[in-house]
Amino acid sequence: MRSELSPRAKVALYGLLCVLSIPFLFPTWWMVTSSIKPISDIFAFPPQFIPRSADWSTYEKVFTLQPFAQQYWNSCYIAAIVTVGTMIVSSFAGYAFARIRFPGANLIFLVVLTGLLIPSEVTIVPLFQMFLKWGMVNTHWPLILVPIFGAPSVFATFVMRQFFIALPGELEEAARVDGLGRLKIFWTIALPLARPALAAVAIFTFLHSWNLYLEPIVFLTTPSNYTLPQALTQYVDVYQGPMWNIQLAAATLTAIPVLIVFIFAQRQFIEGLAHTGLKG
Amino acid sequence: MTTVQSRPFWTIERRDAVAGYLFIAPQLIGIVVFVLIPLGLVLYYSLHEWNVLAGTFRFVGDANYQRMLNDPALPEVLGATAIFSAGLVVFNMSLALLLAVLVNQKLRGITVFRTIFFSPVVVSLVAWTIVWSFLLQANGGINGILALIGIEGPNWLRMPTTAMISVIVVQVFKNVGLNMVLFLAALQGVPRELYEAARVDGASRFKQFRRITVPLISPTILLTAIITVVGSLQVFAQIAVLTQGGPGMSTTVLVYYLYQQAFQFHRFGYGATISILLFLIVAVLTVLQWQMRRRLVFYEK
Repeated sequence: MRSELSPRAKVALYGLLCVLSIPFLFPTWWMVTSSIKPISDIFAFPPQFIPRSADWSTYEKVFTLQPFAQQYWNSCYIAAIVTVGTMIVSSFAGYAFARIRFPGANLIFLVVLTGLLIPSEVTIVPLFQMFLKWGMVNTHWPLILVPIFGAPSVFATFVMRQFFIALPGELEEAARVDGLGRLKIFWTIALPLARPALAAVAIFTFLHSWNLYLEPIVFLTTPSNYTLPQALTQYVDVYQGPMWNIQLAAATLTAIPVLIVFIFAQRQFIEGLAHTGLKG
Repeated sequence: MTTVQSRPFWTIERRDAVAGYLFIAPQLIGIVVFVLIPLGLVLYYSLHEWNVLAGTFRFVGDANYQRMLNDPALPEVLGATAIFSAGLVVFNMSLALLLAVLVNQKLRGITVFRTIFFSPVVVSLVAWTIVWSFLLQANGGINGILALIGIEGPNWLRMPTTAMISVIVVQVFKNVGLNMVLFLAALQGVPRELYEAARVDGASRFKQFRRITVPLISPTILLTAIITVVGSLQVFAQIAVLTQGGPGMSTTVLVYYLYQQAFQFHRFGYGATISILLFLIVAVLTVLQWQMRRRLVFYEK
């Protein structure tokens, strides 16, 4: 950004960066290390930054106390369907709003944008009633249908629209002159160019679905249907006190795979998110 | 009109219009079914007394709204919501800007720090909250570390002020990386010549930051502020896991209160009324911020 820093400034800057890193790194470290501490060491003083001894039985208990493998699968498959579904719905809608001229397009776009104004918490009561009427309470349908078609997908549509607006249109025009239909133009010309925007949509849709908490606790009632965020909080003793080491082991199993994917793909992650329509 | 025979009915424009409607249909139908109809129903429910357990549903006019105006808990809930949102936005935005400026420096290994600051964004929200809840226990990690340097830490989650600080801080560290990345993208868009010119004129770094950087990235600052404020009004999981709204009602924000009334006390009618209030607050804030955009935000063109 500007001229070279003096060596002294560099040292100060590295020092500051290291100190600032602590609250971002330490919780994850503490989660992983505490999950293998024997229960007697979990609140030990002085704090054990490196565990003295490892007790892997907590990981066994994660799976025996609850159908954790099933819950893990629930979260994975719901997030996968929601991600793919949102990519399809939002890229079609985003493309149409950006490129196709049809009567009422602007008005319809405004109607769709209201989804951004209305947080899903506002509509949770009637949504619960609707899904109750359709016999879909305690199924995964609400966690799949609402994100793909409802308010959460509007942001994705907005991002796709911004991307297609900025995309030069000559290729498409040439294809139109050759008499290609819209679907074919969209599918073979426009969509392949939209990979960066689709990647960004995929990332934040996946994270949104993976983190969903209010909806699962409202809609799901049997443990084998639970998703991960909800399942994590269910490792409690008879007095409703958290079984810390087991909760932390389950949390580790939830967090670490995504973190590993992130570390390998961090450039796509960060740049993808930075280049969404958010730049204003 | 006389050329009807020579022109086919399916002109390019008509084909396009049909394609357009088909392309947007899934999204539009979804918005109508899952957003607009529910919003109408919220309004309808809010005019009814609805006790799920007793199975009663009857029209009561504005009784729920009267009740909301006289609800002794509501001022406290709104106060907690305001403190939470304001604290979150101020702390989040200033930390995000600081981190963005830092990781924008030309230093070896700076991307490592960028990755570190961003990493909590991809950690599962409830997992992150559980670890912090564990750290913030009276005999937990934070107080353990404080005790090492001779400070006796409070029981963070059991006292109103520290509980509020805790939920804000936990939320900020979770998501500040997102705002940092948005600011970073904006900072990299500021033309370098401007800084060169300012240096020639002898402007200090702080002055350069205030007079060049901040005005040029102001559209991003505003957009991030909107996203952060609206997002702060939707914070639920963190409160549910960390404090359950307590101690007392000190961290019961509006969304949590809505959840309690509707799904714990089964007062759907009153819950719907609180939803309307939440909707109005979000709508007013968003419109206000878009209005401010005109006055405060600097545009290049």
